[in-house]
Amino acid sequence: MAAEAAITVDGLVKRFGDFTALDGVSFEVGRGEIMGFLGPNGAGKSTLIRILCGLLRPTAGRAWVAGLDVATDPEGVRQRIGYMSQKFSLYSDLTVAENLRFFGGIYGVPREALDGRVAEAIGIAGLAGRDKALVSTLAGGWKQRLALGAAILHRPSVLFLDEPTSGVDPESRRRFWDLIHDLGAEGVSVLVSTHYMDEAEYCNRIALINRGRLIALGTPHDIKQQAVDGELLAVEAGNFGRALAIVRAAPGVREAAVFGRSLHVVVDSAAARGPEIEARLASQGIAGASARRIDPTMEDSFVRLVGEAPG
Amino acid sequence: MRLRRVRAVAVKEVLQIVRDPRSLMIALLIPLMQMFVFGYGVSLDVKHIPLCVQDREASQASRELVRHFGASRYFSAPRPLAGQGEIVRRLDDGTCRIVLVVPADFSRRLNDTGAAAVQALVDGTDSNTANIAANYARAVLSAYSAGLRLDTVQRRGESLQTLSPVDVESRVWFNEDLESRNFIVPGIVALVMAIVGAQLTALTIAREWERGTMEQLVSTPVEPMELLVGKLLPYFGLGLMDAAICLALAVFWFGVPFRGTLFTLFFTTSLFLLVVLCIGYLVSVSIRSQVAASQVALLLTMMPTVLLSGFAFPIDQMPALVRGVTFLVSARYYVHILKAVFLKGSGLTALALPILCLAVYALVLVVLAARAFRKTLD
Repeated sequence: MAAEAAITVDGLVKRFGDFTALDGVSFEVGRGEIMGFLGPNGAGKSTLIRILCGLLRPTAGRAWVAGLDVATDPEGVRQRIGYMSQKFSLYSDLTVAENLRFFGGIYGVPREALDGRVAEAIGIAGLAGRDKALVSTLAGGWKQRLALGAAILHRPSVLFLDEPTSGVDPESRRRFWDLIHDLGAEGVSVLVSTHYMDEAEYCNRIALINRGRLIALGTPHDIKQQAVDGELLAVEAGNFGRALAIVRAAPGVREAAVFGRSLHVVVDSAAARGPEIEARLASQGIAGASARRIDPTMEDSFVRLVGEAPG
Repeated sequence: MRLRRVRAVAVKEVLQIVRDPRSLMIALLIPLMQMFVFGYGVSLDVKHIPLCVQDREASQASRELVRHFGASRYFSAPRPLAGQGEIVRRLDDGTCRIVLVVPADFSRRLNDTGAAAVQALVDGTDSNTANIAANYARAVLSAYSAGLRLDTVQRRGESLQTLSPVDVESRVWFNEDLESRNFIVPGIVALVMAIVGAQLTALTIAREWERGTMEQLVSTPVEPMELLVGKLLPYFGLGLMDAAICLALAVFWFGVPFRGTLFTLFFTTSLFLLVVLCIGYLVSVSIRSQVAASQVALLLTMMPTVLLSGFAFPIDQMPALVRGVTFLVSARYYVHILKAVFLKGSGLTALALPILCLAVYALVLVVLAARAFRKTLD
């Protein structure tokens, strides 16, 4: 294994009875790197994070976090990591400050440093002046940032965030990602899972995971290039169903799928095929259709890569 | 084990306890309530048994006999009955449990032969009460006969010794009045402590699982033993308060004589409290739902304590197999200790064996409770 890597995962398998949640996953995360795990619900993201936190034992394969083997030294790993579980898990009947002091005590934050760290975490959460508020009275975004503050109280070198932004408003999500970037800049390695495809753009590298398998790994740009073999057109037209059939039969079209309110069409050349498709749709009675070139989104890539993956 | 972490856990638990005044009130009121319910509900004394009398003679002697029954605190004021039909009806509808029938020739036989029979009809549906009632009736009759005999002897000018050459004069120690309450109430303290103690901790781990806070907690470096000690400490304090309530009620409300030392009481109560808190904790660790944990803890503490601790049903009367099982019931030792401390004033030396058993029990449970908690989700 590489001594430099913050996280090394080698052929990790996890089975729950007959169900295979993780099926031979391998990757590395470097120091200060923000690695995003993308995939639908049930893809195995939480299982992977729980194994790396020492909460679940792998069926096969090995993993090292902060240089320690999670199977043989889970306590050493726990001391060096911060973890935010998918479900909010601070004590709602305790105040903001009481929660932070509790986790400070559990992690053995030096007494002389505790007050400063608690104040810092309160600042991160944007809860200055509300340290005596019961956590149950806080809104979602504040809770999430408080949980993050609690998870980094002991200055972990590796941070695991399991869908930290689910159920939080877009503004809070953006602020949350700013905090994650600050941590990355300080050298903290962050492994964050999400099912929001747009959040992938915030990560240094992303791993696409589906049905327990890693189906792509790389920078957001690489993944999008790798996934879309050709150029992408967004086609807007009335009568979706017919339009889709017509487009699919057009020359130079490699792939076409309904995507929200438009059709996404992969072609060999956007400049040549765009006008052709518009004309073809018009000639078949679908008036006012437009085709323009767009950059592939993470969602395009995901759909294409999932389609290609065996099984 | 790091004290810092134990403290953090204990402080958190205390905060959670005081934030929930309703549960706190319940924790302190339930033992109070149970002491009253069990203290008054469980009594092996049978007093004021409803008595009916059919006096077929209505002479001075027969009235004197009936008056003896009425004067006894074991029987209610005798209610006169008319005919045979009424006897059956009264026994049927429960107006009386025992019917005394004085025959029409009662005083004639007494005068002629010096011996007369009366009939006692006892409702045998509750065989225990029936036995006791019959015995009480016999006792009243023999007191009455002794009085008669004394009169006769004195009239004849004979000495008393000729009547009963050998006489057993028994004297009861420790519970002089043979008040069953005096030996049952200390047992009830043990029963209430067992139930409440296990309930206090039965929710503590299950609650964290249900609320999702456990996932965060197991991802931290906290060790199982630190969690156990940190969580038990506040409940230990609360349990001691409960114990103080129960014991004070036993002495000052129920009037059970207390002859031991407070230290012996405190020491042994602490040991037993540790045992029952660990039972609740073990249940909470194994069953991750609050409702189920609470019920299992109740079942595990209440049933064995009521049936097998000897608090009301004497252990030496049980079949050998059941008697063997009682050694596994922690309350057995505490009941024994409490009765001895209260009524005999026994100290630590006299109680060394049950204390040792309780200590071993506590040690085993602490180890089991710490080991039962696993820091994994699967």
